[in-house]
Amino acid sequence: MPRLALAALLALLLWGCSNSSRSSGDLRSTKERKAAPAFTLKDSSGAAVKLADYKGKVVLLNFWATWCGPCQIEIPWFIEFEQKYRDRDFAVLGVSFDDDGWISVRPYMTAHKINYRVMIGSDHLSQLYGGVDALPTSFIIDRSGRIAATHVGLVDKRDYQNEILKLLEDPQAALDGAGAAARLALLVRPDQRPGRP
Amino acid sequence: MTGTADAAVALQLREGYHVNSNTPSDAYFIPLRLTWSPGPVEAVAVLFPKPQMEKLAFSEKPVSIFTGSFEVVTKFKAAAGAPLGQNVVTGKLRYQACNDRMCLPPRTLDLSLPVEVVK
Repeated sequence: MPRLALAALLALLLWGCSNSSRSSGDLRSTKERKAAPAFTLKDSSGAAVKLADYKGKVVLLNFWATWCGPCQIEIPWFIEFEQKYRDRDFAVLGVSFDDDGWISVRPYMTAHKINYRVMIGSDHLSQLYGGVDALPTSFIIDRSGRIAATHVGLVDKRDYQNEILKLLEDPQAALDGAGAAARLALLVRPDQRPGRP
Repeated sequence: MTGTADAAVALQLREGYHVNSNTPSDAYFIPLRLTWSPGPVEAVAVLFPKPQMEKLAFSEKPVSIFTGSFEVVTKFKAAAGAPLGQNVVTGKLRYQACNDRMCLPPRTLDLSLPVEVVK
């Protein structure tokens, strides 16, 4: 029988290659905010989800995957936020980075009763958002479509909640939002301006 | 003489990071996998160390993981009629790493192991 002589050891370093965790903690000032890159993706029902259509709303854009433990902690919070604030011009959008796409994501959505829209991400989308190399990564987007906060890694639920509420209650941001501006125009008709006879 | 030999793949993780074990505690987690392509030698067994069960910041229950430095050992057997001499066996190591707060995408590393089949 032939014998084997092996180079007996392969040594590998499995480095975590992510950037260190970065989390803004607070909302960026309006001047510091940059526009959230536009995208159009399909949700689990096949309907197109266009980020631009959410102008006027506060959006929590969450990049996640079914295999990501910290993401699993956040998802029930997002379900709660969606339920609690959807009537106040707020929406959660989930973007999964599972390699096998809907094969893993659809059953997960059903099992966890996810009540917000979920799409499948791509390398291109990741690059648009600065190269998302760790999950979860979430972006809090103001009513004008600008990124007000970025969170990489698991964040305290209260941080999310405070940021969402601040943006929902910020009158200046509301004025910037297209949807809100349209509503104000309806409320203040020319013949109702103060001081007009 | 037997026609078998062991080869160890030594892994070292960055401090604070872990990989899921070969038997993750959550069905959604991606297990550590080591596979070898068929060739003049065949892998008859891949042996992982005993996983650690640790409760992490994001887990309600302990999760089955590997941390620090550890080895995965493969038992190889020369295939019947394997040609004598130098050869290379190739494999793939699939892993997915996280720390307490975030996870990195799954990665697959290509491995290549020089082997010599002798009389």
